[in-house]
Amino acid sequence: MTKIAVIDYGMGNLHSVAKALEHVGRESNQKIEVVITSDSQKIAAADRVIFPGVGAIRDCMTEINRLNVGKIVEEAMKSKPVLAICVGMQALMNHSEENKGVDCLGLMAGRVHYFGEDLRNEAGDRLKVPHMGWNQVKQTQDHPLWKDVPDNSRFYFVHSYYVRTKLKQNITGVTHYGTEIVAALADKNIFATQFHPEKSQVAGLTLLGNFLTWDGKN
Amino acid sequence: MGLAKRIIPCLDCDKGRVVKGVKFLDIRDAGDPVEVSKRYCDAGADEITFLDITASHEDRATTIDTVRAIAGQVFIPLTVGGGIRTLEDIRTMLNAGADKVAINTAAVENPDFVQEAAARFGSQCIILAVDAKQVSEKDKPLKWEIFTYGGRNPTGINVIEWVKRMAGYGAGEILLTSMDRDGTKIGFDLVLNKAVSNAVQVPIIASGGVGNLEHLAEGVLEGEADAVLAASIFHFQEYSIREAKEYMASRGIEVRL
Repeated sequence: MTKIAVIDYGMGNLHSVAKALEHVGRESNQKIEVVITSDSQKIAAADRVIFPGVGAIRDCMTEINRLNVGKIVEEAMKSKPVLAICVGMQALMNHSEENKGVDCLGLMAGRVHYFGEDLRNEAGDRLKVPHMGWNQVKQTQDHPLWKDVPDNSRFYFVHSYYVRTKLKQNITGVTHYGTEIVAALADKNIFATQFHPEKSQVAGLTLLGNFLTWDGKN
Repeated sequence: MGLAKRIIPCLDCDKGRVVKGVKFLDIRDAGDPVEVSKRYCDAGADEITFLDITASHEDRATTIDTVRAIAGQVFIPLTVGGGIRTLEDIRTMLNAGADKVAINTAAVENPDFVQEAAARFGSQCIILAVDAKQVSEKDKPLKWEIFTYGGRNPTGINVIEWVKRMAGYGAGEILLTSMDRDGTKIGFDLVLNKAVSNAVQVPIIASGGVGNLEHLAEGVLEGEADAVLAASIFHFQEYSIREAKEYMASRGIEVRL
């Protein structure tokens, strides 16, 4: 029995990711138990941890700090596979410019930037913000979570802010929207995605299936 | 290559069944919403929109069960609309597995509701649903008005001004239905769609009037929609989602195949 803790700090929809994990477990005949919790002991007792997040970063960080979730994630990252999704990934960075600037957890090196009021593609056409829908992810390095996911598969994104990092060796996937943006990061036993694997049908479910068997190594 | 334009089948549901009316009337049964959603998802739909068209209080429990059942089987974004009036309604639908909610009447009655909802749950899950009808006077510029209560109530509100205000309040997307076209199968109101798309930065879902695949392509190419929504052409198997995507791709539109 594999226990997966989805960290609940009161922000957004955690049911999608829990249901997707349960579905993947069933399809692959793995016995898994998904708990949605903010209890540090339950998270410590889990084999794998999901750090999700939706909504505005200031509200997220307020709740993360109130519930001491940063410490919990930091502890989990030392010993077990962790998957951070969307604002969960952004919260790991040093700082976000959303909500007039918010300090984040600083567990991965990087900063979170706004797409801007007048985002355009190379041809000069206006691009909508949020970046919402299915975009292609180019896998910039091999990683166990990309196993059986074809390169340039489309994943579902919905975000107005994106991560930039100087640590190029951490970038595992990029997508293009006006500019090249980080779609996935990895460092030791953490993998982080800007897209929503739980909403990305076959490609996303494959990635979640890989997470269930990942040993936390690159 | 880049972001794909989305095709979104819409399930208008009444007491746990998919139905489709013409101009909000003349209801035809089109199946079980869970089976229909699963079929569309497997066929490559980019999202599913579930609109509870009666939204009476007694039937609320059925709706929540249906949403929960769909969300357990469909791993693409799911939008729920119809009768979303309070922050508690939104929380209930998100907890049942919806990813986004569509708000129409409640926004008109209390515009601050959209602001509160976006602040609480994030713009990504708040869709402003607009039922628009052309009310232009002769020899005057085109003008559209917002209608509520499933198209029954005129409000006197100008559509373009309204979507700008609501985008400013944090609505993350706009589901734009032309009431003049809904159920007619003569194509989207492209002029309306383009006007709304150009008025705001958030994505627009075009809705109302699709009768063939060219209409879907026009919605993107001329109406400047970011996503196209249709019901009856898919429900009654006139076209498959795959055919729709292949047709759009043949017109040079980027889609997820």
